[in-house]
Amino acid sequence: MKKTWPAYPYIFWMVIFTVVPLSLLLYFSLTTRTAAGATTFSWEHFGRFFEPIYLKVLFRSLLLAGISTLFCLVLGYPAAFILADRKLNHKNTLVLLMVLPMWMNFLLRTYAWLTLLERKGLINTLLGHIGLPPLNLLYNDFAVTLGMVYNFLPFMVLPIYSVLSKIDHSLIEAAEDLGADPTYTFRKVVFPLSLPGVVSGITMVFMPAVTTFVISRLLGGGQYTLIGNLIEQQFLTVGDWNFGSAISVVMMLIILVGMGFTSRYEKGQEGGGLW
Amino acid sequence: MKKVLGILFVLAISISALLLGGCGAPKKELNVYNWGDYIDESVLRDFEKKYQIKVNYDTFTTNEDMYVKIKAGGSHYDVLVPSDYMIKRMIDEGMLEKLDFAKIPNYRYIGAAFKNLGYDPRNEYSIPYMWGTVGILYNKTMVTGQPDSWKILWDKKYAKQILMLDSQRDSIGITLKMLGYSLNSKDPAELEQAKKALIEQKPLVLAYVVDEVKDKMISGEAALAVVWSGDAVYCQRENNDLGYFIPKEGSNLWFDALVIPKGSQHKKEAELFLNYLCETGIAYRNADYIGYASPHTGAVKKLPRDLTSDRSFYPLPEDLKNSEVFVDLGSRMKDFDRIWTEVKSQ
Repeated sequence: MKKTWPAYPYIFWMVIFTVVPLSLLLYFSLTTRTAAGATTFSWEHFGRFFEPIYLKVLFRSLLLAGISTLFCLVLGYPAAFILADRKLNHKNTLVLLMVLPMWMNFLLRTYAWLTLLERKGLINTLLGHIGLPPLNLLYNDFAVTLGMVYNFLPFMVLPIYSVLSKIDHSLIEAAEDLGADPTYTFRKVVFPLSLPGVVSGITMVFMPAVTTFVISRLLGGGQYTLIGNLIEQQFLTVGDWNFGSAISVVMMLIILVGMGFTSRYEKGQEGGGLW
Repeated sequence: MKKVLGILFVLAISISALLLGGCGAPKKELNVYNWGDYIDESVLRDFEKKYQIKVNYDTFTTNEDMYVKIKAGGSHYDVLVPSDYMIKRMIDEGMLEKLDFAKIPNYRYIGAAFKNLGYDPRNEYSIPYMWGTVGILYNKTMVTGQPDSWKILWDKKYAKQILMLDSQRDSIGITLKMLGYSLNSKDPAELEQAKKALIEQKPLVLAYVVDEVKDKMISGEAALAVVWSGDAVYCQRENNDLGYFIPKEGSNLWFDALVIPKGSQHKKEAELFLNYLCETGIAYRNADYIGYASPHTGAVKKLPRDLTSDRSFYPLPEDLKNSEVFVDLGSRMKDFDRIWTEVKSQ
């Protein structure tokens, strides 16, 4: 394909802000500084990542992100399905309401959960008024998962909604004409056609969920070192940029594999994702 | 045509000079990089007015953030406020400018106890700004008796009512102190013991926090918290039920000091600013606003007696005999990080 001139600023941008930083990351992850101050090639940082304590952190990040993604899917699919219903009134307003929270600062919304969940927070105060004992809502798996589901849910709803609302309605009518009941139609027609949306929703929730470090710090009370916290620590506290880069490179590989998986599903399909 | 362009050019220059410089002379500037919420902001405005110098003021959250930014270059700060161990590291790496004390006569007000300290033994690079300790803030209505030891943070009675500092250096440091070791320990066996203790403590900890600690303690979310002394002053002003003490095993004694980084473009203005901060009235306003202990003898005299006579906040030498100043760990920071990751991934 022939490149045209409008692409040049983009290429320039890509080189400066993507290729150069990525190369630096790769360079740091593969080198080490000897006692004499010389820089040499080394695999040691990657080796270190595969030690049990870091694998444990990785596993926990994947698990929490996986659970959150599952909840997002369970909650998000029906929501998208309702939104995509052709008979729904005020559809645009409802979609807007879904997107609206995303306009507000992410940190602010997470802090709001603190106020709700605290021991002397809103929920416990209400429970106290009706004579129930206070609950420990904050600083546990529940709070972290809740924070992730809350923050990432729109990323699940929107792609599924966009695919569902584009499904050719005559296919559904055809299924009904051939005697399929609604459940059967859904299983055999609607759901398979919505899969590209589901897959891209899963990717869009899972990836930020794996690397989040703010939610785990605020709602998990810093008790949950996730992979994002680990990377942040290496760069800011320890000053071990080599190891930090190595973790980032591993995470990028995981994400690339995920993307490869996604693109296989999306081949030939149209408009599944938001990218 | 050329003439028109020339006139336009001159016009453009004079307009921008008018807009930028006020009355034409290039306005002087000063770039300050300080901790968040660590100065009475009206002091900055008064300085600008008095000397006609524009102050560009930025803030950081940790010494390491600040260090990375300065080390990476490209930032043009003229005044920084690092802590003791970081000052030592920056001196060793040749990152700081020597101060010309002839231009900072107000330095004479700094107490003798704050001169010739380990991080700057010959007093060449830094002027102490604030100092303090790390201790325990506790809620008197929730804690029984008069606690005096770090051990209370391991008391099962207070399960899920303890807030720890989300800072590797501080949390591991106080654990070493609790065990009776130095908080700068290099001994692998001692560090191993500290790790075990922290893992054992983890089920009792409600959360590991930094800045949120103030809100949590004021609202009574937790009974005990590890805090810096200045935060304790702030919390006590807001909630009378709170008490603060420096545990008997000793603690971390720290200093934040004013320095000028190498390559500062406005060294003259920076020294003027340092001298200004050491004026008694100004040092008092800052100390009163921030709440940490001031090394400035004049400021201390002006502060309320009940604060400066409180040995929790202005400890006497004998209160500090077990306390230590952090030493830069260098590459051993990795061991601390490993311990912390192991504790947190339990």
